[in-house]
Amino acid sequence: MKRFLLPLGIFLIVLFFLGAGLRLNPREIPSPFIGKAAPPFTLTQLEEAKNNFSPQDMHGKVWLLNVWASWCAACREEHPVLLDFAKRGAVPIVGLDYKDERQSGNKWLAQFGNPYQLSVFDSDGRVGIDYGVYGVPETFVIDKQGVIRMKHVGPVTPAVIKEKLLPLIEELNRA
Amino acid sequence: MHRSLLSAITLILVSYGISLPVAAESLEKRVMQVAEELRCLVCQNQTIADSQADLAIDLKNQVREKLAQGMTEKEVISFMVQRYGDFVLYRPPVKSTTWVLWFGPFFLLLSGFIFLFIKLRQRQSSIEILSAAEIARAAELLAEKSSLKEFQ
Repeated sequence: MKRFLLPLGIFLIVLFFLGAGLRLNPREIPSPFIGKAAPPFTLTQLEEAKNNFSPQDMHGKVWLLNVWASWCAACREEHPVLLDFAKRGAVPIVGLDYKDERQSGNKWLAQFGNPYQLSVFDSDGRVGIDYGVYGVPETFVIDKQGVIRMKHVGPVTPAVIKEKLLPLIEELNRA
Repeated sequence: MHRSLLSAITLILVSYGISLPVAAESLEKRVMQVAEELRCLVCQNQTIADSQADLAIDLKNQVREKLAQGMTEKEVISFMVQRYGDFVLYRPPVKSTTWVLWFGPFFLLLSGFIFLFIKLRQRQSSIEILSAAEIARAAELLAEKSSLKEFQ
């Protein structure tokens, strides 16, 4: 009997690690930006190419930077959730139209609705690289001092809003 | 005198003519060298050198641009780490959080050897050496058995 205990123990340990491995999401890469200042940029606005936007403009506010594109399927999935969230007015959302055509971006917003206070237009994806974007949609929570406090990769879901975004936004607004 | 001037000019012209493509070629080589060190974040088991994903191509362009601007390979890699974290390194750095990754297999191998060594020692000591009387008795039993066989 005793001789089976050791293999059984090893089996259980391996089982535990394999089980834990199954639960991990390999697409979720820890962002090195958490707790660091949001990289500065100046880009034209999607709707009005004459107007510029830079993160500095949001100084003193807690805000979300949501990276999206008209070619991105998961963004379609996320869109109604963002629209609903924007209606609640908990936080201003700025869109970053990533590697897109200006026309398709605007058409997309006209067709599906616009949850963004404004969107900026990153045609060659350079700002995206500066923010370490690797899969759209991605959402950054930026605090009043312009520090990135959280990054969510993949579509924002109602559960993410309720459990992660809202508590953090409330906390940051109080600070 | 004329001749040497002429040859000097040709030499300059030739070297200019040749040095441009050579520079481009060596830049491309350096780009690929850096690209082999960087993980593609979309197709995670490939380097950006191997990958044709959009992001990998963008990152390669970024590497090329930075190298052309005069950044060293190391600086370009740390530029990427600043944006994408250690994950972007195809060869993970050795630091306290990756010790298990780097040294775990050697630790397992070593503990396997220790286990084997102890087990073999135990087995060796458990083999009992027979006394002279026991050997005689064994021979007697064997002889009995073989004589029985003769009757069959």
